[in-house]
Amino acid sequence: MNTPSVLSVGQLNAYIKSIIDGDINLNNVFVCGEISNFTDHYRTGHYYLTLKDETSSIKAVMFRTANQRLKFMPENGMNVITRGRISVFERDGQYQLYIDDMQPDGLGALNLAFEQLKNKLAAEGLFDQNRKKPIPKYPARIGVITSPTGAAVRDIFNILSRRFPLAEVVLCPVQVQGASAAPQIVDAINRFNAGSYADVLIVGRGGGSIEELWAFNEETVARAVAASKIPVISAVGHETDFTICDFVADLRAPTPSAAAELAVPESFEQKSYITSMKYRCGKAVQSEIQFQRAKLSRLKASPGLVSPVMIINTYRQKLDGYLTAMQAEFSAALSAGRSGLAVLSSKLDTLSPLKVLGRGYALAYSEGKLLHNASAVGTGSEVDVLLAKGRLFCTVKSVEK
Amino acid sequence: MKKQTYEESIKKLEEIVQALEEGSKPLEETLKLFEEGTKLAAFCNSCLDNAEQKIVELSSLEQGEAADAE
Repeated sequence: MNTPSVLSVGQLNAYIKSIIDGDINLNNVFVCGEISNFTDHYRTGHYYLTLKDETSSIKAVMFRTANQRLKFMPENGMNVITRGRISVFERDGQYQLYIDDMQPDGLGALNLAFEQLKNKLAAEGLFDQNRKKPIPKYPARIGVITSPTGAAVRDIFNILSRRFPLAEVVLCPVQVQGASAAPQIVDAINRFNAGSYADVLIVGRGGGSIEELWAFNEETVARAVAASKIPVISAVGHETDFTICDFVADLRAPTPSAAAELAVPESFEQKSYITSMKYRCGKAVQSEIQFQRAKLSRLKASPGLVSPVMIINTYRQKLDGYLTAMQAEFSAALSAGRSGLAVLSSKLDTLSPLKVLGRGYALAYSEGKLLHNASAVGTGSEVDVLLAKGRLFCTVKSVEK
Repeated sequence: MKKQTYEESIKKLEEIVQALEEGSKPLEETLKLFEEGTKLAAFCNSCLDNAEQKIVELSSLEQGEAADAE
């Protein structure tokens, strides 16, 4: 009869680990599930999480060396597809999933990273319309940050040459995909700004997949564009491609060619514009001269200048008028005075003593004095009587008092 | 003496057009402005007519400045 061996816990765990590690199926597994209990261990940088579905869960770990390659940040509730291996954490007797790579399920890691960065920078206000600088109308120098090979750079140069060869083109060739692209783009933007080597920058590349355009979604590039004092026109890919660089730039062009068109005015249009301005100047001066001429003519035709005598006659006429008026008033006053006088005269006339005598009255004098009272004389006195016509020498016969 | 740029010239020309159209200046000044405007228009036109695209690399500009500074 065999007695069963008694194992220690350590031995048991080691045995289980060896079985699991030895199972080729468990060395490379793809597991999908929902993330929960996610922890980003701040000291070690390792991710600890649980993957679960409706009925089960499994503990998982993603070490820093693996997780730093992730372009997005895992969150609780996120559905992911992982690739890794199953092994045993001997100390705890815990089997777990050691994750080497992780992708968001259904959305794609890059798309998710794009959304996360877009939200983050939008919240910081980096996409705000009022942050965007105006593109200079007449740039003397245009900075171009793109690949030195390929259609994009050729198109940009050709269109700039055709439209406005007056602007100098300053090229800073960079990688536009791959790991070194973002740092080179950032460096180029900084160098242009450091020396103010351009009045406007065109940053971009031709079309490609989301992976190929990825450098223009990097946070470093976005921040460099946002911080650029020189206005930036973003020109990445085709019309339907939108990158973070597009959102944060001062102007988005749907293609590199469109960027060149937006960056400069068109020479032929400029010449028409200059001609029209010359015409307007000429017109303005012409109407000013006409205005001054008309003013001069009016002055020359004014009576004062044409015939001074006329003006003097006008005043003479006025003076005569005043004199006539004055005379009329004087005559009127005179006749009024005269008729007043006549009235008074006739009144006086009525009261005149001669007129009284004419009515039959007589004046009696005694010794040269006019008599009012009969007692002033006695019988036999001499009285002179003055009549309207003639005089009587009388002697008083009798007196009646 | 700084060479006048196309941008400065065309902007000055725009200012002159506006001033002339306002018509508030004395005749003598009007004529002076007109003359200046004509000169600016000629300058801008010659800039455009004689322009040939020049392409340089950023690094050469940076080196050029460094050379000037020495």
